[in-house]
Amino acid sequence: MLPPAPMSATTAGGFLLVLSIVLPVAGVLLAFALGDRYVRLVAFTIMPLGLAIAAALVLALPRGGGHLVYLLGAWPPPLGVALHADGLSAVMIAATAVVIPAVAVYAAPEFRPAAAARAPAAFWMLLLAIWGALNAIFVGGDLFTLYVALELLTFATVPLVSLDGRAETLQAALRYLLFALLGSVLYLAGTALLYGLYGALDIVLLSRRADAQLGTLIAAALMTTGLLAKTALFPLHLWLPPAHAGAPAAASAILSGLVVKGSLFIVIRLWFDVMRGLPGFAAAHVLGALGATAIIFGSVVALRQERLKLLIAYSTLAQIGYLFLMFPLAFDVSGDLKRGGALAGGVLQAISHATAKAAMFMAAGSIYAGLGHDRITGLNGVARAQPLSVLTFALGGVALMGVPPSGASLAKDLLLQAAAETEQWWWTILLQAGGVLTAAYVVLVLAHALAPPDKPIALRGAVPRICDLAALVLALCSLLLGLMPWASYLPIPQGGMSNPLGIDALSKLLLPVLGGTVLAILLSPWPHPLALNAVERMIAPLRRACLGFGRLVEAVDDVLRQWPAASMSLLLVALLLGTLMFAGA
Amino acid sequence: MSITTVFESVLAALVLGLALWTIAVRETYSATVGFVAYGLMVALIWVGLDAIDVALTEAAIGGGLGGIVLLGAAARLRDTESTAAETPNRMVRLGAAALSAAIAAALAIAILLLPDAAPTLAPAAVANAAATGLANPVTNVLMAFRGMDTALEKVVLLLAIVGVWSLASDQAWGGRPGPHHEADPNGVLAFLARLLPPVGIVIGVYILWTGADHPGGAFQGGAVLASMWLLVIMAGLADTPPASSRRLRLVLVAGPGLFFLVGLGGLCFGAAFLAYPIAHAKPLILGIETAMLLTIAATLALLLAGAPERSVPR
Repeated sequence: MLPPAPMSATTAGGFLLVLSIVLPVAGVLLAFALGDRYVRLVAFTIMPLGLAIAAALVLALPRGGGHLVYLLGAWPPPLGVALHADGLSAVMIAATAVVIPAVAVYAAPEFRPAAAARAPAAFWMLLLAIWGALNAIFVGGDLFTLYVALELLTFATVPLVSLDGRAETLQAALRYLLFALLGSVLYLAGTALLYGLYGALDIVLLSRRADAQLGTLIAAALMTTGLLAKTALFPLHLWLPPAHAGAPAAASAILSGLVVKGSLFIVIRLWFDVMRGLPGFAAAHVLGALGATAIIFGSVVALRQERLKLLIAYSTLAQIGYLFLMFPLAFDVSGDLKRGGALAGGVLQAISHATAKAAMFMAAGSIYAGLGHDRITGLNGVARAQPLSVLTFALGGVALMGVPPSGASLAKDLLLQAAAETEQWWWTILLQAGGVLTAAYVVLVLAHALAPPDKPIALRGAVPRICDLAALVLALCSLLLGLMPWASYLPIPQGGMSNPLGIDALSKLLLPVLGGTVLAILLSPWPHPLALNAVERMIAPLRRACLGFGRLVEAVDDVLRQWPAASMSLLLVALLLGTLMFAGA
Repeated sequence: MSITTVFESVLAALVLGLALWTIAVRETYSATVGFVAYGLMVALIWVGLDAIDVALTEAAIGGGLGGIVLLGAAARLRDTESTAAETPNRMVRLGAAALSAAIAAALAIAILLLPDAAPTLAPAAVANAAATGLANPVTNVLMAFRGMDTALEKVVLLLAIVGVWSLASDQAWGGRPGPHHEADPNGVLAFLARLLPPVGIVIGVYILWTGADHPGGAFQGGAVLASMWLLVIMAGLADTPPASSRRLRLVLVAGPGLFFLVGLGGLCFGAAFLAYPIAHAKPLILGIETAMLLTIAATLALLLAGAPERSVPR
């Protein structure tokens, strides 16, 4: 929650906001100046300090009455720029400060300073830059500062995609760069319009001045669309699968886990703070509907992937869709936007996904390093050869499905509660289906990994134990997130929280797994060890129909991921959002 | 109809025409030439709007250095263009045109709806100039009121260098960026490369110095210095320094580094992060700007030079 009064002064502890940005950025500068040999050392010196700052910030926030403010250069807005943190910022900063060091520990052996130092040197600098950029997004109190932070994030991310230098990863990076820049242009155009209308870029000031006039709504539509392109919400996802699947595993973990949450966070700021619901219920339904389609498309296409990393990338596509269900659910029966359970659920889901998905990508990377490939049908027996990696993948998957006490389970409860309170029963179906679909691709991978091997597996390279442990810690984090004291930071309504260890916890595990198993059998085209011959013969017609549906979805996805379709979708989404916002105002 | 109106109408028509031509023309090279000319014309429009700082930047980046990057890319793509014959069909093109026109219409409506007495922070920026001792409000906004944005933008530039360098092959990492240029030592290019830099360097430094009180500043000055350096490199009179060179790397981080150091000084001993003590505001800001001038010049030139291609013996 942003402070109701205009911020005329820096609060106690506000300097932590400055440090959260400056420290990682200083690390980038220092690493660049010192040269390749010291880059990793600098990164690992910055990590504990960054973690300490994040912890201090999280502790200082409740004492500061739920928000921290810092006026840069002691200039109050609108002339100056303020940084401010609320509960949302704090939890996102904390999640980032957990995921980045864990990924760093995982990446340390692979990206050690060596003779061919290109990839390691770039990796550590970019990792620190991403950290600084994300923190700047989480505490930025000014729309233009947020734009600079977004650019920082984009320019730190794109080289990570093409770090291994293969032609197809270069193509993926270029695709990502161009589409992300299209998004930037739309965001910047909207920002300029808002300044022209209200003479301020400060979020708190804008939130008091903004009214539902046409110019404001056009700006909102442009900015939202630009940010959706950077978040890769369906159908603006042409860049995500190749970028996230082609990057080195540690980079994929950051890209999928954290980077897409940066632009999502600005959408939240825009809708909940700058505009305070001005975009309206109908436009929020567009976001929800796109999210719903993303869940279906991402999950179905994920089930049809041949490679593990692509499966996880498509799973990210589906999970991003899940995050956008919070927007319609935040509007109550009378059509007003509420900072309540839906918002809390959405942010919690974002954090759960950040930790779980990073862990899953890291596990996939270990499996790839061990086997020399990541074909899902060739995973047989890997559970015996690399038990820790498979365990991590399973725990991450279970956490994502929404099994208590995971953060995703708490998030799902909150969103379901919001759906009941706001009488939007139709989202309930998707909230439940999301968990089942997640279970489907997790079960599919595990069924292959747990199956007995055809021949004894010879591991190509041994993955250091510390890598597996780092991934496992993140997966466990995600699984235990539901036990954290969220109420001090997120607007969680009283009551209605189910006991995380009760009897219904078991049903929350069993139902998605059973449903997921059925879906995995029906929708995955590959021969897999799940189905018994007799059962398979019985369900053959049904499976054929389902596979046909899957093929159709994949074909549509192929078309949508071409440049003409994707860029036209971008414009179409902007127009649709703008029209509905205007109609609803 | 006064001369100014005629000039403005012609300029507007020219900009629109160039924009349409850039979109409609088939070859990348022609489109790029159109785009560069468009950038220069837009700079003239900024001059007409009394936004000299923006005009200088637009001319330096949109017309100048950005143009060189694009022309280089277009020249490289020329050979492959005939093979990449993947043109969208008529329906797609019509659809894209209709959608783009609708977005442009929405933007036009939004701009026409802007209040006539535009709410602006310009008077506030001018009124607070005393705090820094600099008379150019644009410099004050960049260096004082919104210093954080400027400092972070410089980090973006550094990341762009990291990104371009990361495209190098593993062997060439740390080597000299770009190809080695050789030109006739008695040719026109070499002649210009000897003649222009002394003048260009003076102009670049002057643009920085005058930026304190008049239009100008580190970015525009840096762009001039960068083009001088590039001229010398392209004439073969100097080579790009190895990417691993410690001195080069210090120059590349000097601008944002000094900015953040002064900022932290303010956090520890002064009023706030990035707050300047009034007595020392002007020398501090000019010091940061000087460091940024060098950083920007080196960064822009190296961005144009490209990824390291030639490994240096260690």
